[in-house]
Amino acid sequence: MKLLQQSMDPNQKRAKAVDRVDSVDTGVASFDSTRMCPFPDEVLERVLSLIDSHKDRSSVSLVCKDWYNAERWSRRHVFIGNCYSVSPEIVAARFPRIRSVTLKGKPRFSDFNLVPEYWGADVHPWLSVFATAYPFLEELRLKRMAVSDESLEFLATNFQGFKALSLLSCDGFSTDGLKAIATHCKNLTELDIHENGMDDLGGHWLNCFPESLTTLQVLNFASLNSEVSFESLEKLISRNKSLRVLKVNRNISLDQLQKLLLQAPQLSELGTGTFMQELISCPITDLKTTFSNCKNLVTISGLWDATSLYLPVIYPACVNLTFLNLSYATLRSGELSNLLQHCKSLRRLWLLDTVGDKGLEAVGAHCPLLEELRVFPADPFDQEVFLGVTESGFVSVSEGCPKLRYVLYFCRQMTNAAVATIARNCPDFTHFRLCIMNPGQPDYLTKQPMDEAFGSIVKTCPNLQRLAVSGQLTDRTFEYIGKYSKKLETLSVAFAGSSDLGMEYVLGGCPKLRKLEIRDCPFGNGALLSGLTKYESMRSLWMSACNVTMNGCKVLAKERPRLNVEVMKDEGGDGSEAHKVYVYRTVAGPRRDAPPFVLTL
Amino acid sequence: MSIEEHDYIGFSEANMEKKACDITNNKDLNLKATELRLGLPGFESPEREAVNGGAIKNLVAGAKRGFSDTINGGSGNWVFAGNGGSEVNLVKNGGLFSCSKVENKNSGCVKETAVLASPKPVLLEKKSANSNVPAPKQQVVGWPPIRSFRKNTMAVGQTKNTEDNDPNIGSGCLYVKVSMDGAPYLRKVDLEIYSSYLDLSSALEKMFSCFTIGQYGSHGAHTRDGLSESRLMDLLHGSEYVLTYEDKDGDWMLVGDVPWDMFIGSCKRMRIMKSSDAIGLAPRAMEKCRNRT
Repeated sequence: MKLLQQSMDPNQKRAKAVDRVDSVDTGVASFDSTRMCPFPDEVLERVLSLIDSHKDRSSVSLVCKDWYNAERWSRRHVFIGNCYSVSPEIVAARFPRIRSVTLKGKPRFSDFNLVPEYWGADVHPWLSVFATAYPFLEELRLKRMAVSDESLEFLATNFQGFKALSLLSCDGFSTDGLKAIATHCKNLTELDIHENGMDDLGGHWLNCFPESLTTLQVLNFASLNSEVSFESLEKLISRNKSLRVLKVNRNISLDQLQKLLLQAPQLSELGTGTFMQELISCPITDLKTTFSNCKNLVTISGLWDATSLYLPVIYPACVNLTFLNLSYATLRSGELSNLLQHCKSLRRLWLLDTVGDKGLEAVGAHCPLLEELRVFPADPFDQEVFLGVTESGFVSVSEGCPKLRYVLYFCRQMTNAAVATIARNCPDFTHFRLCIMNPGQPDYLTKQPMDEAFGSIVKTCPNLQRLAVSGQLTDRTFEYIGKYSKKLETLSVAFAGSSDLGMEYVLGGCPKLRKLEIRDCPFGNGALLSGLTKYESMRSLWMSACNVTMNGCKVLAKERPRLNVEVMKDEGGDGSEAHKVYVYRTVAGPRRDAPPFVLTL
Repeated sequence: MSIEEHDYIGFSEANMEKKACDITNNKDLNLKATELRLGLPGFESPEREAVNGGAIKNLVAGAKRGFSDTINGGSGNWVFAGNGGSEVNLVKNGGLFSCSKVENKNSGCVKETAVLASPKPVLLEKKSANSNVPAPKQQVVGWPPIRSFRKNTMAVGQTKNTEDNDPNIGSGCLYVKVSMDGAPYLRKVDLEIYSSYLDLSSALEKMFSCFTIGQYGSHGAHTRDGLSESRLMDLLHGSEYVLTYEDKDGDWMLVGDVPWDMFIGSCKRMRIMKSSDAIGLAPRAMEKCRNRT
């Protein structure tokens, strides 16, 4: 969300008179608004209410006071990318009619345990304000927020019309909180619980949905480990005929899945349970028929333990699939190849690297419309055995899938030449995230740094929005990035660079940069301070295990009062190093809820 | 003897001015051979051979170790975290996982290992280029960048190489098969989510209630699962069935004899047996059967 214009008083009542700073008409006291703004407010609001994109809405709000007001009254959904960039009170004051909130909290590296526990991003202060300001709140989507059971109960009991809850990478709650949601939210349409740090105390929460609930459209509990009552689930599914998204957990067997799908052939997204069963009670052809009756299926995920024994049952549904998530299915190349031959319409594919380069050849051969590929490592800490995918698999995909835009690729070896080929084959990349798993590893053939690889990406792909680099990289990589990537918004760097210059290149170029996250690089205070004029146009900067000191951070904080410069104290060390630094723009001032180990300078 | 500070591949400070490509151009140098593995105290890796005696053993034993700050102006050296701020520091709930393939001699599962780094030099002798010992690779907190859910799930060891019967050991998951005599299919339970025998047995009762209801009709009050809990307890604790498990040695034992932690560390799979079949079990099991009938 763009920084609020502090010159505009958010409490100003709606006024018909235009009150603009206009160098031509400074002497005019009142102004006929129809001259410059031909629409009555009601029409303007109606028109603006059709605009969904929050970026567009931010632009709209900057046109003039009239538009600012019309926009704020017509906005129904607010997106807050950093919960500390603004306070709930400010949001509530500016936007009186919000029905849907998306809120993101911790820095992304918290996903990898780089942010200590109890850092913050508690949702409760937000809920307290919303309870008064938005009693009719319908949707809440949280990512990397700290959420307690009490908060979930508060949410469930204070918002009568609440409909949709999505929790992604949050932590601090348990299935007890889910019980509260299921029990109290009579109009629930969506419950989407995805990969959170939560306590799974059992599957009883599912039993808390009342018999009267028939409005469910989305139910995702794939990442919960406890078994739920199948009887309850089946009844729930059968009476919620609007269900479009169902993602069950691994405990649901194939037999049970069969029964569920018979009740819900209208599903468009399915996450299965386990796809292996010793003795299946219905014939396999029944399962196949069931899948073929699901005419709306476009997404399949889950497929835990899937093998060639049962995988063919989904073939009838594959022809319409646009997204296939096999990232929890340890398939080999043969199984994947057989499967993909049925998946000509695939746009997005997530895989485990157990499929190997041969599996990726099959991807290139059978999925010409592919736009997104993610390859995850099955055994990221495997030391001894060489498994997984290499540069050649990636090249194969690029040859068969010229429309590739989004790639996340974990591998153990890569070459500059391969990446150059890939860039040539797929110039439309918007997201290029390459993770060579051994930190600082060079091109394994030439032994050169991987500078030219990323150079070729930024030179060849003008639409690049997101880049994650790895391997042995000198400052040259960053010189390329700063010089060529005009649309880059997010950059992730680890174990790279040679000197401050690296970071300076990036901060000096990349006009659209919003998020910069850096770990274990030799960038120091000079680099940090070179971004002095840039950080306010960015969402945030993360630097950990670099060469930044407290003094450098203090200088930054002093020069830029509208940034929060937070240093996370580390046990040990002499206190002069700034081990973890998180810098972000804010209109809310320094955090009032910072734990003792977070120092705001 | 002075302890000379070495970087991870065993080169002394003096040599670190060399560019990384000099090092990597040494084709005989097997990078893996010079890598460091860290493990829990008392943790043995089957691949590890006794090499360079004390240094490696200390590392295996989980002795405190640190990593020198190898950041320098040379291009392309791979860089460890800085002083006092090494990412190798202990982070609460930090996800430093030991190799999932390694046997765990301790009871229970491999939990996150902790690696401490006060900035001390690494006691690593210079590796000869001809060393053919695969030395362990150092693991860094939060690297590779994989989210916890995926790490925990994949640590279950889902590769096809594992025996079907192997309990899948990993942090967060311990799935074992449960069969019941007369039931048409097996179930799998995650022993990690239970904290006691009571927990486990009530979960199993719920899971298998559908198979016993056919035999016993509708007696007593019904819960959602179709059979009253008290009736189930009667069945399972009565004369009809005993809960047994196969331990690591391949022996079938009665569930409940050993402490819970020891049980989940040694249980490979479970079987709900008809007590009439429970002949040849540990004597105490048989005695228990006799007492019930």
